[in-house]
Amino acid sequence: MQGMTLSELARALREGEISSFELTKQCLHRIHEEDTQIGAFLSVFEEDALCAAREFDTLPDRQKWCSPLAGIPTAVKDNLMTAGKRSTCGSRILADFVPPYDATVVSALKKAGAVIIGKTNMDEFGMGSTTEHSAFYITRNPLDSMRVPGGSSGGSAAAVAAGMVPFALGSDTGGSVRLPASYCGLVGLRPTYGTVSRFGLTAFCSSMDTVGPITKTAADNALVYAAIAGRDPKDATGCAFDFHIPKREEPLRVGVIAQLMGEAISDEVRNAIEEAIDVFKATGAMVKRVSLPSLCDALYAYFIISSAEASSNLARFDGVRYGYRAEDCGDLENLYRQSRDEGLGEEVKRRIRLGTYALTRENKEAYYYRALSVKDTLVSQFALAFADCDILLCPTAPDIAPKFGQMQTPTQMYCQDLCTVPMSLAALPALSIPCGKSREGLPIGMQIVGRPFSEGLLYYAGMLYEKEAGK
Amino acid sequence: MTLYKGYEAVIGLEIHVELKTKTKMFCACKNGFGAMPNTLCCPVCMGMPGALPTMNAQAVEYAVMAGIAANCKVNTVSAMARKNYFYPDLPKGYQITQGAYPICEKGALTVDGARIGITRIHMEEDAGKLIHSKNETLIDFNRCGVPLIEIVTEPDLRSSEQAKAFLKKLRTVLLYTGISDCKMNEGALRCDVNLSVRKPGQAPGVRTEIKNINSFSFVAKAIEYEYHRQADLLEADGTVVQETRRFDESTGKTYSMRSKENAADYRYFPEPDLPPVYVSEEQIENVRMSLPAMPDERIRLYQERYGIAPTDGERLSVLRENADLFEAAAKLTRYPQILAKQMLTFSADTEIALLPMQLSVIADMTGDGRINSSTAKTLLSFCQNTDIHPEDYATEHDLFQICDKDILWHMLCAAAQADPKSANDFKNGKTAAGKAIVGKVMAESHGRADAKILQVLLQELKK
Repeated sequence: MQGMTLSELARALREGEISSFELTKQCLHRIHEEDTQIGAFLSVFEEDALCAAREFDTLPDRQKWCSPLAGIPTAVKDNLMTAGKRSTCGSRILADFVPPYDATVVSALKKAGAVIIGKTNMDEFGMGSTTEHSAFYITRNPLDSMRVPGGSSGGSAAAVAAGMVPFALGSDTGGSVRLPASYCGLVGLRPTYGTVSRFGLTAFCSSMDTVGPITKTAADNALVYAAIAGRDPKDATGCAFDFHIPKREEPLRVGVIAQLMGEAISDEVRNAIEEAIDVFKATGAMVKRVSLPSLCDALYAYFIISSAEASSNLARFDGVRYGYRAEDCGDLENLYRQSRDEGLGEEVKRRIRLGTYALTRENKEAYYYRALSVKDTLVSQFALAFADCDILLCPTAPDIAPKFGQMQTPTQMYCQDLCTVPMSLAALPALSIPCGKSREGLPIGMQIVGRPFSEGLLYYAGMLYEKEAGK
Repeated sequence: MTLYKGYEAVIGLEIHVELKTKTKMFCACKNGFGAMPNTLCCPVCMGMPGALPTMNAQAVEYAVMAGIAANCKVNTVSAMARKNYFYPDLPKGYQITQGAYPICEKGALTVDGARIGITRIHMEEDAGKLIHSKNETLIDFNRCGVPLIEIVTEPDLRSSEQAKAFLKKLRTVLLYTGISDCKMNEGALRCDVNLSVRKPGQAPGVRTEIKNINSFSFVAKAIEYEYHRQADLLEADGTVVQETRRFDESTGKTYSMRSKENAADYRYFPEPDLPPVYVSEEQIENVRMSLPAMPDERIRLYQERYGIAPTDGERLSVLRENADLFEAAAKLTRYPQILAKQMLTFSADTEIALLPMQLSVIADMTGDGRINSSTAKTLLSFCQNTDIHPEDYATEHDLFQICDKDILWHMLCAAAQADPKSANDFKNGKTAAGKAIVGKVMAESHGRADAKILQVLLQELKK
């Protein structure tokens, strides 16, 4: 079953070829076998999952098939709150934290009948592009154990790539769904900001955080997105929209982002994208190059804004009410200092420092507000590009998954986000799908970027590509 | 106002007011005072991971009400911001407030003829409460996320009396809107003072801020102390340091908390979890229509319509309930001035527990001379918290004035007979003796004898 897609499994379940219990058992078996090497999971709810699956199997038919996810095992990133279950965000400071509530997306999965079998590893609080920055252990890329799975949703991507679950949820602030999807040969969506509730997603950068599915195919991804998207009264930044995959007669107008096809991109990746462009051309698509001059500033702007918000969002982890508290710290000041110093990892502290610096009275204008204006400029440049394009194409990452230790400095790591952060800043939806392999046989990912609320069109384009490329 | 050592005080106030909304500002927890600690909180107001704020529409409406009542411009678009600092009573490590874009701006209230400008009114959430005991500090999060408005005045105030009068006026206005009960002992109204001194006509000097004062008289005391402290400093060739100070209630002095160099940098930035706050012109108009007339308007109206002096009008309108009562009763009586006078015998700060009918009947009976002022007083006190008709009561208990000349003559003669010495003295021209006889009649009639008629009849007695 482990090679099967979500859609195939849903059909097999429905036709009685396999029960949810059987399927869940197989997933758990796979985790037992593989995860000591891979490290995709931070916690596994074996008993609860089997119970839920068995309960599902006993439901009468008319209640059973409430959604395509019904009876399907899944995993969610550990920064999504699960009631009564440890939710650590990959951080020591929340190592024993058990929230009393479910994230809205977790409730949505449960409502759709999915069986949540565990929580996946991640870079601490979503800060990182390799999942090396988990406070607990690293996650290995199932396709090459010497390489990173990408991050920060590395655990979710590895779990799907290793066949432990047919789909998983990740979160994407600057590329944390798309990058691991790309490195692990999977499909990952960063949805339009606001279309999926953030309630229960531990905030890293509130203005850019999103929750997105990681799956084997574009069609699978659409099934999950349909289940988790929707207006949530608990998230004031949410919005409702009508999601459907269009039936198109007319050919797509495709723009290729010139700035992301240059020197910074490896030859292998660039060639793979060029080939993908040819696939689109073969479907009759009109292809042109588009230029987004502000893209070169996007990475700086992204790191300033996301770190600024993170410095505020992570202030709540202070050792006072919940989470890790340092012992024998004397006074209040030291309780804060020691608890945070010992409870938070280096990368997180680096970003808190950067963000705090960018927001101080002296620096706010030069850093924070300047970054916001880059964001505004980028939004209008994208809008201009979309004036005569339906979708934009670009690589998901400058190169294939790096080896452990290959990223020597923080800056090298940050550069992996070069292709993904512009869409985060501009609040655009972007679908990463596999488009070929490197010489070593490692996957390369391509982003299909759309206007806000154009997820349906992105899935249409993704499925079209998968079909044409598979021919 | 006399100047101390030639300096005048330049004072601005920042007033925090807790709004009496049903629920908290950003979650569905009940907004209540006095509950068991930590029983009115949830993941949102406790700052748990992933919890998100949602805006309380009633809090926005109340802030708009405050703005209209304080003659402010209400902004159709305003925005929330984060103010970042660490403190155990602040679960998120930041307070959600408003920065550059407050909901109301540019208002004013008039106090004793002086216009006191209001810079802005903004919305924010309250923090929790620390409870210190011997060895430990406990935190009660019930107050966390309770909606507040902060009202910031221009530095238009010049004395402690004026500041106190302004605060009283502000409280009256807020009580009229019903958005807060303004109970200072429960912390529902708290005040910060910004104060500097200068020689009249010169630019204001360095200012200090005195934080979190919780009674009007303490505000006045803190101002007095700080005004003198700064003037003394300058006269002794010292300099005033820009700093935050606290007021000690037991000593009546202010003490330095932190200087400007150590002032916190709150790193304000737009709150990304909440969209801008939109209030339509129509909503603003609806709120305006729903508000009762404010005291100033009523004072003017009472003077125009009933000839009531503004000072009396002000006292009548301290409480909206009493002002409403006056207006209802004034419509029923032929003697609104007597009505006002009688209502002013009660304390201005407590609700008068009488019906408009009772007040108007008592005023009418007084005006018509059917009862005297002491009977009126008896009736005013007796009718409280009842639905007794004062006229019925007066009839039943025989409280009307005795105006019948025959009866009064009879009583006067009886009094004269009972006190022949006084009667004789009076006939011989001693006016004081006449008073004694009248006094006796008054005593006999329990004050009901008509004094005017009695005076006329007394002259008859000489003959």
